[in-house]
Amino acid sequence: MILISCPNCGPRDETEFHYGGQAHVAYPDDPSALTDEEWGRYLFYRENPKGLFAERWVHSGGCRKWFNAVRDTATYRIAAVYRIGETRSVPSLASGETRPTRPAASDQSLPGGAK
Amino acid sequence: MAEHLTASTLADLNRPAGPALGTSDLRRSPAAHLAPLFAAAEVTGPNSVALREVPFLTMVGLRVAPDSDSADRVEARLGTQLPARCGDVGIGTGCSVLWLGPDEFLVVTTASSAEFTARLVQAIGTEPGSAVDLSANRTTFELTGRAARDVLEKGCPLDLHPRAFAVGSAYVTQLGPVPIILWKTGPETYEIYPRASFADYLGRWLLDAMAEFRALELL
Repeated sequence: MILISCPNCGPRDETEFHYGGQAHVAYPDDPSALTDEEWGRYLFYRENPKGLFAERWVHSGGCRKWFNAVRDTATYRIAAVYRIGETRSVPSLASGETRPTRPAASDQSLPGGAK
Repeated sequence: MAEHLTASTLADLNRPAGPALGTSDLRRSPAAHLAPLFAAAEVTGPNSVALREVPFLTMVGLRVAPDSDSADRVEARLGTQLPARCGDVGIGTGCSVLWLGPDEFLVVTTASSAEFTARLVQAIGTEPGSAVDLSANRTTFELTGRAARDVLEKGCPLDLHPRAFAVGSAYVTQLGPVPIILWKTGPETYEIYPRASFADYLGRWLLDAMAEFRALELL
């Protein structure tokens, strides 16, 4: 059992949380202009790094809010948590990304999000 | 368990003899059938613990952004600030306001649900937010006694030690597999809010957890 620090509620058991996949996947500006391949890449293709990975989590057994976490996929150590919409520079992402993570439009319309 | 209401039983209910029955006379709380078991399970002595259901509390689900104009009006109606942090409970005039999320609160009161909800709806007005009567969503168990914390610690992942769980705070958590709101209303008194459909299971779960202290009493 790992403890995950919810930005609202503090450290809680991982069983109270659900995983929401890679964070900061920007919704396309004009989806209708995309080719099928580009749309498919947006929908289904995600990073799968060994190391630090920015992810979305939801505290479904607590405050029911989504947030972002930077987790090491090899050790499960959670390096940082931050709220949806907040920016946090994570230069050491294993995927080689050096750009700061940024809030994406898709962050506002999360799958199965705030009810 | 549901009894079929045939035309004849409905006619019985509607017959004019005796005092007229209203809908409030017919409603049964989710754990009403467990009341005799709860009473029999009470443990006294150094490991005292007792369980009872507090039926039909009015609960209003409140969604409003803190620091907004509508929140100010809601706070004026409630007679307290909206709680700002996880665990906080605001004590208003005749009601308590539990923090469920940054913009989600549960107002618990014994006042009439329709009237109370209507006042909050009016306070929110046309601005974003909602006040919904959720009284039927949950029931209330009250667990008291010196061993109450020991009973809860059998299935609650929260740190229930007084240094971490102060009197007057409330958290959304789990008891066994059941999602609950746990409110510590006194040094040895806890209120547990399970959803109504979990009331039977959680009532029996608590009875099972209390049985150990019953056995100690008999030694």
